[in-house]
Amino acid sequence: MRTGDRLRGNTDLPVLLPAAEQLRANAARERSIGAPILRLRAWHGLLILAIILLWSGVVLAQDITVERESVLDALLRWSPVLLTGFAFNILISFFAMGLGTVTGTILGIMQVSLLPPIRGTSWFITQFFRNAPWLVLLFYVMFLMPFEFEVFGVIIPFPDWIKGVIGLALPVMANISEIVRGAILSIPTGQWEAARSLAFSRRQILAQIILPQCIKRMLPSWMNLYAILTMATVLTSVVGVAEVMTLTQRALSAENRPEFLVPFYGSVMLLFFIYCYPIARFTQKLELRYAVKD
Amino acid sequence: MQSRTETAPWAPDKPIVVVDDVHKSFGHTPVLAGVSFNVMKGDVVCIIGASGSGKSTLLRCINGLIPINSGSIRVAGQEVNDPKLDILALRKRVGMVFQQYNLFPHKTALQNIMMAPVRVLKENREEVRERAQRLLKKVRLEEKADAYPGELSGGQQQRVAIARSLAMNPEVMLFDEVTAALDPETVHEVLITIRELAEEGMTCMLVTHEMGFAREIADHMYFTDLGVIVEDGPPSEFFSNPRDPRTQKFLGQIL
Amino acid sequence: MEVLLEAVYEWFRWLNQETGINLTIVHDSYDRGRMIKGFINTIWLSVICLFFSVIIGIVGAWLQRSPLKWTRRIVQGYIQLFRNTPPLVQMYFFFFALGSMMPRFENEWGIMEPMLTNWHWAIISLSFFAGAFNVEIFRSGLEAVPKSTVEAAESLGLNRLQIYLFVTLPLAFRICLPALNNNLVNLVKTTTLAYAIAVPEMLYAANQIWSDSFNVPEMMTFLLLAYVGLVGMLVWVMNRWERAMRLPGFGT
Repeated sequence: MRTGDRLRGNTDLPVLLPAAEQLRANAARERSIGAPILRLRAWHGLLILAIILLWSGVVLAQDITVERESVLDALLRWSPVLLTGFAFNILISFFAMGLGTVTGTILGIMQVSLLPPIRGTSWFITQFFRNAPWLVLLFYVMFLMPFEFEVFGVIIPFPDWIKGVIGLALPVMANISEIVRGAILSIPTGQWEAARSLAFSRRQILAQIILPQCIKRMLPSWMNLYAILTMATVLTSVVGVAEVMTLTQRALSAENRPEFLVPFYGSVMLLFFIYCYPIARFTQKLELRYAVKD
Repeated sequence: MQSRTETAPWAPDKPIVVVDDVHKSFGHTPVLAGVSFNVMKGDVVCIIGASGSGKSTLLRCINGLIPINSGSIRVAGQEVNDPKLDILALRKRVGMVFQQYNLFPHKTALQNIMMAPVRVLKENREEVRERAQRLLKKVRLEEKADAYPGELSGGQQQRVAIARSLAMNPEVMLFDEVTAALDPETVHEVLITIRELAEEGMTCMLVTHEMGFAREIADHMYFTDLGVIVEDGPPSEFFSNPRDPRTQKFLGQIL
Repeated sequence: MEVLLEAVYEWFRWLNQETGINLTIVHDSYDRGRMIKGFINTIWLSVICLFFSVIIGIVGAWLQRSPLKWTRRIVQGYIQLFRNTPPLVQMYFFFFALGSMMPRFENEWGIMEPMLTNWHWAIISLSFFAGAFNVEIFRSGLEAVPKSTVEAAESLGLNRLQIYLFVTLPLAFRICLPALNNNLVNLVKTTTLAYAIAVPEMLYAANQIWSDSFNVPEMMTFLLLAYVGLVGMLVWVMNRWERAMRLPGFGT
């Protein structure tokens, strides 16, 4: 990313300012997203694919004396299972992102409220869920939520993966809250002044004028967070949800061949890469487009 | 429309804006140190002075964007400092145009103008659209109705901003250095618009650096320095015979 | 002091009897020991991984400036791989895939043991994960120190090492600090993944305790509060440090 070519304000270190400020701005953005910014290139995916193929080739060469199934054939045989598992991961990521975005936006708006109790409470909730490790939150939700509900005499089961969705939605909510708050604060005060002069109420200003402008600003961070979340869905395997990681491990223990480990885990990484890479590229495009408009 | 928060009925022979010994400090820094003046309906008033002399703050106090520490400001009989004041009702009578235009970038020019009357005054959308188009015609931008602010020049954006404030049918218009951010060529088109407004009888208060323009249209001039009004008078006397040495110095630097 | 602690333990036993809130980690010495050990392990893991990841970062940033094309490419490949794949998968990959390929040897009881234990793999995995981010951070920090400042130092007669120590590094460090802090906070949160390969850090210890004592809600709440408290305190200390290191006119 180009370091900024605008000099800001009066400073005795004008040459130092742009690069340092760019880095600080990046760090602040990462802090608000709560996760690092993904930078994927196409050749990364090719690299992973190359590793898998090379490895399989090496194993095949070693195996040539024994009558056993080749690595690639095994991968092919297991691929429907793995793909279904991966689709499940994506499903979890959709739900978690949706739930997290809705709650996080509300929380973010509360953080700029004029009433101190609302501001304080929402700030505390945001910081609380940002500072908690994602895995611990997953455990918390997994263990402490009941495994079935009783509503009007009907027993509704509460499956594991929904608890996983809620557990993942919590840190997403906190990070979205920070992103929203940052976006609202980045709208120039002139907009607020003009809207207030036109006799808009605060709620109208937020809903009609400020938030619509925020959406464009938040989009790159939102997409980056989504990519991080998708990768984090793997954590649900630790708490027992049957997603791609658990299925891979079951497949590996069924096959019981140590040379399958690298290709199978590599394939899981490849699946995530294939899904996350277009998102990262699209995010970069959005960042550039937004920067130009500014 | 008489609102129940008006404490004194206003009559056309009384000043429409009364500023009485207003003080305002930001923290420990005094910005307004006892400002008093009156503005009659239909007057055009120009306030000039150095940066930091409190001019912009004064305008913002008049429409309630900035609360004052002491003193009183009455607009059409409504006390701006009254805690029970319906601030939105005040802002419907006072329109403000800013140096940075502050158009809403996600709406077209027409939508910018229509937004407040529809959402705040709850008026009928079709009537508002007609009025907005008339206003755009008035500022000579009717062909730009569907353009976004990003597609307009600075001068065009400022004229849309004026039209946007006019859509609320204000009784007083405040202009805060509205040409300071424009190229010299585009300054002219904005000044024409303001002059037409003044000639139609709108009460205007301008903070401006355009001395020639001020001399032309102002009914009364005010010079501020360090938070107080140092000198005032009709432009004929103000520019030719400034009494106070500070005014003389300032005018000497500007003209 | 001992009497005071005993009184506290007694109160928690009373709490258990009265309300059923069972915080064995306070009143039971065995559980208390396990939890303290888990807490210390978490901190220990974080500190070691921080240390190694910083070294990896410095080495990587230096290698990235290498004139050899392939050195640069390998470093770049490592960075992108570790930044863009889930750290859990990385840990599994290291422990299961690479671990199974390590040679085994007999330990003192005659049992075949892999050369690197799960602790080692956890440290390796987390250090490389955090190290990948550090390389980028250090590189940007070093690049952000402008040539003119270095030239000025040279013209004052400082030699290369002095310039690096007294001019470049202090400035680069201040520039990097916010990003480094982010990385450290993330690292502490990521140590919980070591649970998956049975490293006895705090999450694992809590898991063992609640499996034995059946006090899941209490343990989970304690765990949540402990982590939030730990990370929160770290964030606060980092903010203070950043503010103290801030140079006027230098960003803000």
